[in-house]
Amino acid sequence: MLDLTGVPVLSILLAVPLVGAILLAFVPGDRPQLVRRLALLIALVTFGISLAAVLAFDPAQSGYQLRETTSWIPFFGIQYDLGVDGISLVLVVLTTLLSWISILASFGPIQSRVKEYMISFLVLEVGMLGVFLSLDLFLFYIFWEIVLVPMYLIIGIWGGANRIYATVKFVLYTLVGSLLMLVALVATAFSYQVATGSWDGAFSVEKLVGFGFDPTLQLFAFLAFFLAFAIKVPMFPFHTWLPDAHVEAPTAGSVILAGVLLKLGGYGFIRFAMPIFPDAARDLAGPIIVLSLIAIIYGAIVAIVQPDVKKLIAYSSVSHMGFVTLGLFAFQEQAMQGAILQMVNHGLITGGLFLCVGIIYERTHDRTIAKMGGLAAKTPIWAAAFGFFIMASVGLPGLAGFVGEFLVFLGTFAVDPLAAAIASLVMVLGAVYLLWMFQRVAFGEVSDFLKGLGHHLTDMTPTEVLTLAPLAALTIVMGVYPALILDLITGPVNELLAALGPATTGMLP
Amino acid sequence: MSQSLDAYLLLAAGLFAIGTFGFLAKRNAIAMLMSIELMLNAVNLAIVAFALFTPSLGAQGSVIALFVMAVAAAEATVGLAIVIAIYRNRRTPLVDEYASMRE
Amino acid sequence: MSFFAEAGGHAGHGPELADPTAQLLITLLMAIPLAGFALSVILGRRLGSRPWVIAVPAIIATWLIAMFLVWQTLFVGAYGEYGITFTLYEWIPAGQFRVDANFLMDNLTAVMLIVVTTIGMLVHVYSIGYMSHDPSKWRFFAYLNLFMFSMLLLVLAGNYLLVFAAWELVGLSSYLLIGFWYHKRSAALANKKAFITNRVGDVGFALGIMALWTTVGTLNFTEVFTLIPEKVAGGELGPVLMAGICLLLFMGAMGKSAQFPLHVWLPDAMEGPTPVSALIHAATMVNAGVYLVARSSPVFAQSAGALLLIACLGAFTAILAASIALTQKDIKRVLAYSTLSQLGYMFLALGVGAWIPAIFHLVTHGFFKGLLFLGSGSVIHAVHEEQDMDRMGGLAGKIRITHLTMLIGTIAIAGIPPLAGFFSKDEILGETFKFGVYEQAFYVLFVVGMIVAGMTAFYMWRLMGKTFYGKSRVDPHVEPKIHESPWTMTLPLILLAIPSIGIGLALGWPLGDSTIKHWLEPVFHEAEVTLGRELPKVQLFGIDGILIVIAVSVATLGIVIAAALFGIGRKDGRSETVRSLTQRIPFGPALYRASFNRWYFDDLNHLLFVRFGGVVAESAAIFDRAVIDGIVNGTAKVTQGAGDRIRRIQTGKVQNYALGIAIGLIVISIVLLFVVTR
Repeated sequence: MLDLTGVPVLSILLAVPLVGAILLAFVPGDRPQLVRRLALLIALVTFGISLAAVLAFDPAQSGYQLRETTSWIPFFGIQYDLGVDGISLVLVVLTTLLSWISILASFGPIQSRVKEYMISFLVLEVGMLGVFLSLDLFLFYIFWEIVLVPMYLIIGIWGGANRIYATVKFVLYTLVGSLLMLVALVATAFSYQVATGSWDGAFSVEKLVGFGFDPTLQLFAFLAFFLAFAIKVPMFPFHTWLPDAHVEAPTAGSVILAGVLLKLGGYGFIRFAMPIFPDAARDLAGPIIVLSLIAIIYGAIVAIVQPDVKKLIAYSSVSHMGFVTLGLFAFQEQAMQGAILQMVNHGLITGGLFLCVGIIYERTHDRTIAKMGGLAAKTPIWAAAFGFFIMASVGLPGLAGFVGEFLVFLGTFAVDPLAAAIASLVMVLGAVYLLWMFQRVAFGEVSDFLKGLGHHLTDMTPTEVLTLAPLAALTIVMGVYPALILDLITGPVNELLAALGPATTGMLP
Repeated sequence: MSQSLDAYLLLAAGLFAIGTFGFLAKRNAIAMLMSIELMLNAVNLAIVAFALFTPSLGAQGSVIALFVMAVAAAEATVGLAIVIAIYRNRRTPLVDEYASMRE
Repeated sequence: MSFFAEAGGHAGHGPELADPTAQLLITLLMAIPLAGFALSVILGRRLGSRPWVIAVPAIIATWLIAMFLVWQTLFVGAYGEYGITFTLYEWIPAGQFRVDANFLMDNLTAVMLIVVTTIGMLVHVYSIGYMSHDPSKWRFFAYLNLFMFSMLLLVLAGNYLLVFAAWELVGLSSYLLIGFWYHKRSAALANKKAFITNRVGDVGFALGIMALWTTVGTLNFTEVFTLIPEKVAGGELGPVLMAGICLLLFMGAMGKSAQFPLHVWLPDAMEGPTPVSALIHAATMVNAGVYLVARSSPVFAQSAGALLLIACLGAFTAILAASIALTQKDIKRVLAYSTLSQLGYMFLALGVGAWIPAIFHLVTHGFFKGLLFLGSGSVIHAVHEEQDMDRMGGLAGKIRITHLTMLIGTIAIAGIPPLAGFFSKDEILGETFKFGVYEQAFYVLFVVGMIVAGMTAFYMWRLMGKTFYGKSRVDPHVEPKIHESPWTMTLPLILLAIPSIGIGLALGWPLGDSTIKHWLEPVFHEAEVTLGRELPKVQLFGIDGILIVIAVSVATLGIVIAAALFGIGRKDGRSETVRSLTQRIPFGPALYRASFNRWYFDDLNHLLFVRFGGVVAESAAIFDRAVIDGIVNGTAKVTQGAGDRIRRIQTGKVQNYALGIAIGLIVISIVLLFVVTR
């Protein structure tokens, strides 16, 4: 274990990409290769620091660690308050990992305004890390909104043909939720101030958890938080921004969007909405489970007939993220652990899937399934990699997706067998839409469209292999040895469940 | 000098009404500026009248009136400068024509 | 590890902890094929024309280790009556839910190891010859190694979740191997169908595992098998719940072992190269379901109702598949339906509580069906990738070794003594009949089983007759080039023919006191006690003798009819007679067509899942776009429209605003003057 007492690791973690972004601004824009390498270096350093944070973290200890607290706006008791527990730690590492992979994956595809792109990406990383690190509601909210801006630019500037529509939809949709959350957040702080007579800790997560707000406030504040997080996850029926955003976003944007941005919603539930408003969360668990089940099945069914590979994966994300909300709101140990595991695994696997799609899009400038066919013969390494991530996404045991999904099933089954039975149908549906797509893309005769590309259709380059290799390796490791994450999250999950109170069985009518 | 405040206020109200009407009805920018002057002067008259009939105010009423005059002068200067600048571009003093900021 | 020691102590007769040597050997048993897979994938293309230099030696090493372990278990008895167990590491530590990567090596596992590793090794050797012309054969050998790893993991796993993991991994290897020639559309469709159909069964299996965990709190075999009877005895587990758990687990078995109605994938799986059909889709993987039910015998024995259903479904699958096999033209499809039918036998056996005959039949069937498939591969190879039996015939003299070995396989499967199939099939039918005392329905199942035995003999000789006997119908261009396969292919045939002849006698004699019974008795003892069905002593000159005579006569009858219709030796069959025969039977032509079209199950599935499912998915997608996204975009449109209207108030004319201010001022003044002051 690494002893980092006295070192503000988490602040450094935030500072490195931020300072890096500012530094990049001073690099001349006509040297894109330098900009790319610098950005990659910065992201790699950030990744290294996050690994140091993991080493400094003690899983045996409860509560938040690597804590940094400084008063910021003392009048309202707002603090610059950073800290991690097992749950946020794994998500932080996921973020830093996917960030550098995304930057590396952008080397080829992004050729215009490289500097601005890289700066956006680094700022995006700051925002995402900030959300996972903040233990102050106000600070959290600021980071939450910071994330929007660079993502808006990334889709809006470097996106596909219909990018303006997609990016405006993405920002407005997300903003609707988060502004309501801001209202709820202020209302909560006020009610805390009224109850205690002091602003001290009115925005502190630790103080608010277990405070026991009155039921009406809980209900409305939870609903506001729920809307913000449900849009981000995204839960049915708030999911339609996702396919549009994915289709238009550049590859790396999709990777980050699916890999990390969606997790912000799940994390929000875990860290804020559920523990601060436990009674409301319990009361509303039934409907939320129903929505999750609809998302799981409905997302999979809609995915079957999507003509565009990226759209198909986007809908598969809706389905897979349904497991996260299902697991969280089952109020059961295994289900919740599974949900968190699923967040990480979905990041790895879907990240890999989007990278694969991006690689083939680079060569064909098309993602229409109907135009593909026989890629296994043309680009065997690519097909193998794509097949690997598809199998992981289908939930093949031994790869990452299985453990999380199964734990969610299991935990849900213990609470409500019918819900688990409905959810488990996705084992079939998932295989249907993914394998059917894979068959049409990779198997069969080589399509005329691909033949027409001739020698442009090359197999993966070493750089591309390098972007996929860490994800593939982690996918295997997480499938064979999930204890790596489970050991980190067991403590926090039990604390959360203790804060939430006992599960009520049979939430479906 | 009349001994009644009402008379001053009535006069001020009349002047103000004329100014308001002028501002609303005129389309010429110069005329509109003049109407604004008229309204300001109506206000000035009212202020001075109140100062006269309220001994406790002392010289303050006059001072405020002076302030208003100074501001009116500055406003007229800037306003006229803008009108002249636009006039050079658009060749018209009529505000209806100044529609390029719409849409 | 300590967990198991406790469990063993608790049960009184659980498996012992494995000694370090055994631990190492069992680990190696799985590690070697896995390493072979990894190496073959990494080095693959660099191995050039001999990519099997990694895969085949790896499997031979695996076979040697397996044989040592089998010898230790079954012959030396070094691991005790109940086998050994050990934990490699803790796989999923999720609070209360803890699953280890633990392994169980007992007599049942040992018997499975014999089948899996022996046939696996022979198929590997055979593939050297069979795949020699394929450009990407390194991939083939890599996949084969992956399959061996998964299958070994399946039979060695010590808990349900690990079995499930292996279950899916064999599914993956099957997927990869069926689709080995992925450029063929039919292969790409078949492997997807296999995977998805299996997944349907797996949903049940997974739910069964969850139900087991929620009821007993563990997934380790040894603990589940002691806790389930306790819970049932204690009244905590009602009969409905128990039957539910059993049937959910059985759903998994239905998928993997291709029982009706999830049988549709297996015939299509014949799109894969023939060694794959032999290894995966005849001898090993499809037996996984039988193994699962047999392994879980203490659980299944608690629910006689579930067992009866399994027996009925098994018998139904047996007769259904046999009826389809009667008319198929593709040589591999006949064998595929025959496999289905024989698997049905095994489930019939499991269902009536004849656990040992079920596993016995699994073993013998593994050998002779593996032999038949490899033989058919040799035939297909000889006539240049032709699989239609109407374009074969008269091959007996040209490919002698293939013919001879396939003849042995045919006699074995038909159930003619003293070849292997006779002993196992006879035991199944015999026990079904004798257990009729406990359950009347078993008499019906016995009759069905007998009919299927006759049909089996018939369609197998039909295959022999059409392929090897009578006049040649081979393409004249191919005819002169027909040649016997290389020794790498014929040697496995010969090596498989030996157990196909002798293993029945070796393991199944003397009746009632056979070797296989001694081996497997400890495994199934508990289930037998729970079910409480007792076999009367064997009377060779009594009931058993009569049953044997009936069975053999039925089989002989089948062969004789088929020989008359389809030929024997040089003699040609009478295909006109077949036609006129069907004409004469009422509904004959219709029945023939139905059988030939596989009772229209594929069409039904197509209609139900592809067509109807497609419509559902399509309408869901339209709903998503039109309604859900429509609401979002609608909100945006309304906002935009409203803004557009309201915008008109902003004329940009100061005078308009000023007028507004003036009017507002006047209104406020009036209100103040006349309303508020009053």
